[in-house]
Amino acid sequence: MSIERLERRQGAALVAPALIWTIAFFVLPFAAMIWMSLTHMEGRQVVNEPGFGNYLRIFTDPSLFRGIVVSLEITSIVTVLSVILAWPLAWIIATRVPERWRRLALLLAVLPFWTSYVVRSYSWALVLGENGIVMQSLIQIGLLDTPIQIMATRAATIIGFVHFFVMLLTLTIYSNLVQLSPNYARAAEDLGASRWQVIRLVILPLTLPGVVTGAFLTFVLCMGDYITPQILGGNSELTLPQLIMLQLGRRGDYPMASALAVVLMVLVTLAYAGCARWLKMERV
Amino acid sequence: MISRPTCTALALCAAALPISAHAATELNALIWCDHADPALLEPFEQAHDVRINVKEYQGTAEALTILEQSRPGDWDLLVIDAVDVGRAVERDVLAPLPAEALPTTDFFPELVMASHNTKDGVTYAVTDKFGYNTLAYDKTKVDPADMTSLKSLWSGKYAGRIGIYDYYLPSLGLVGIAEGIPTAELGGDNIEKLREPLMALKKDTKLVADVVGSQTALATGEVDILLGGGEYLTATLHAENPNLEWIIPEEGAALWAESIAVLKDAGNPELALEFVKYVTSPEGQARLATSSCYWGMPANAKAGEHLTDEQKAVLRWDEQAEFLKRAQLYPIPSAEDDAAMQDLWTDMLQN
Repeated sequence: MSIERLERRQGAALVAPALIWTIAFFVLPFAAMIWMSLTHMEGRQVVNEPGFGNYLRIFTDPSLFRGIVVSLEITSIVTVLSVILAWPLAWIIATRVPERWRRLALLLAVLPFWTSYVVRSYSWALVLGENGIVMQSLIQIGLLDTPIQIMATRAATIIGFVHFFVMLLTLTIYSNLVQLSPNYARAAEDLGASRWQVIRLVILPLTLPGVVTGAFLTFVLCMGDYITPQILGGNSELTLPQLIMLQLGRRGDYPMASALAVVLMVLVTLAYAGCARWLKMERV
Repeated sequence: MISRPTCTALALCAAALPISAHAATELNALIWCDHADPALLEPFEQAHDVRINVKEYQGTAEALTILEQSRPGDWDLLVIDAVDVGRAVERDVLAPLPAEALPTTDFFPELVMASHNTKDGVTYAVTDKFGYNTLAYDKTKVDPADMTSLKSLWSGKYAGRIGIYDYYLPSLGLVGIAEGIPTAELGGDNIEKLREPLMALKKDTKLVADVVGSQTALATGEVDILLGGGEYLTATLHAENPNLEWIIPEEGAALWAESIAVLKDAGNPELALEFVKYVTSPEGQARLATSSCYWGMPANAKAGEHLTDEQKAVLRWDEQAEFLKRAQLYPIPSAEDDAAMQDLWTDMLQN
């Protein structure tokens, strides 16, 4: 046997476990989901006659289509707000916090990850409620006469999400910032750049891979999340995951749930395609 | 001296022993959360040297899907909405029960529900708990006189202070009752008649939430009135907030009822039947009625002997005869009507 053929076989043997894993746990279930999305319900039975009826309905039924719009709106707002809040936080931790305190600062940043997601959402429900600490404090200091409704609105969902994802983005941006050589900033300053120009024109662009990686993770996790909008949104509007759960838990309509899940997957893939330039490993 | 590996092996054996000692057999039950209360399960587990594994589910469709995707013998017991027993019988997942072994002669007559729990003379399930989807409210923030009519919810007086229990069947049933449509007639063209009042109600509604969310909203004062709420929401909060109240308005309310059944492919059908007998016995019924997840009326009237006066007062035991006269069973829609009702509910949530 030639060395080339031997190497090919060895390569195939090394790749095989990962390939089998991917086929078994991603390709096959995804193919099954696509197939299921092409079937439809008649009464309470699934009819295995392939067609695009479910997809047609998703884009023509205002209630279902609105789920896509609501999800995209919430996810976009959360991603933008999280980036705006996380970048300065990461920058402060990486450059302004003395090294001996940096670990503590990072620990505080990741602390929200230590509590259960459900408990955290319910905690926000109590905080944002009419009798919660936010409204009562605003009334006490005279900024409000009567409480305004935040709980059970889109704002509550966004606050809950941003709280979680700012921490995630802070970590990805921080890891990017600490890898940057201080020589870039020094060189820019030597050439006459102000501190703000250094941040805007040198550091910020160099941290884009970290920002985009975090933003993409935020987009994926936020887009697919069911718990936060369910608890904090008060069912005032439904996101895609809520619509999927409605099809599964209430209706037993697996074909429609699968079609909605495929749409969700396509949206995430499009987001990946949009971010792909910055998500390349060598740039992170 | 005992070597370290031996010690480790002994420790592992010792750790495993209590499990095997306690769990001679196991029962697996698909349930609603009230059946997970240790105060209900432990007496049976100790008496029969059995471990009961429970899995909670949200809706009948979910339960039936779990059963379809399980192997025969995986599940022994099913707790199901009484109006959905027929759906489970259609799917051929329930085992016949020996009617003579069940204490239904002690039940409140309305709760025997033979038309739902039996088919062709064969009993497939037995009712074990009931209550009302009605109006729950905080009597210090709402005029209790207003709560005697469902129409008050549409008056605008309580705009922004109303919550809706997120279960389409009873809540649509209540909107229908308010519109003068009995739940038994809620189907076909009548469903669309609910759209306008439902959307009008949504405008004045603060949130639509599940049991826990509804309970939290009432407890924290987020909402003052809950459509679809009843004793199951207020009873567990009664000790902390006695101002929470529920009422059956003059137009009526929707009766909810749970049934318990043994599954056709149960791994341990004899013991599963024993559990059904236990849950429907007066003692079991009293424990189930006051379950920590939510309270509800026991179907067995003899359970009253095992409830304290205070518990009976919270359950409003003495008023049941009058309540039952005014309550209507959930709508039981055909598959087509069910889809139409769910579409209407989704529209309401999304708009």
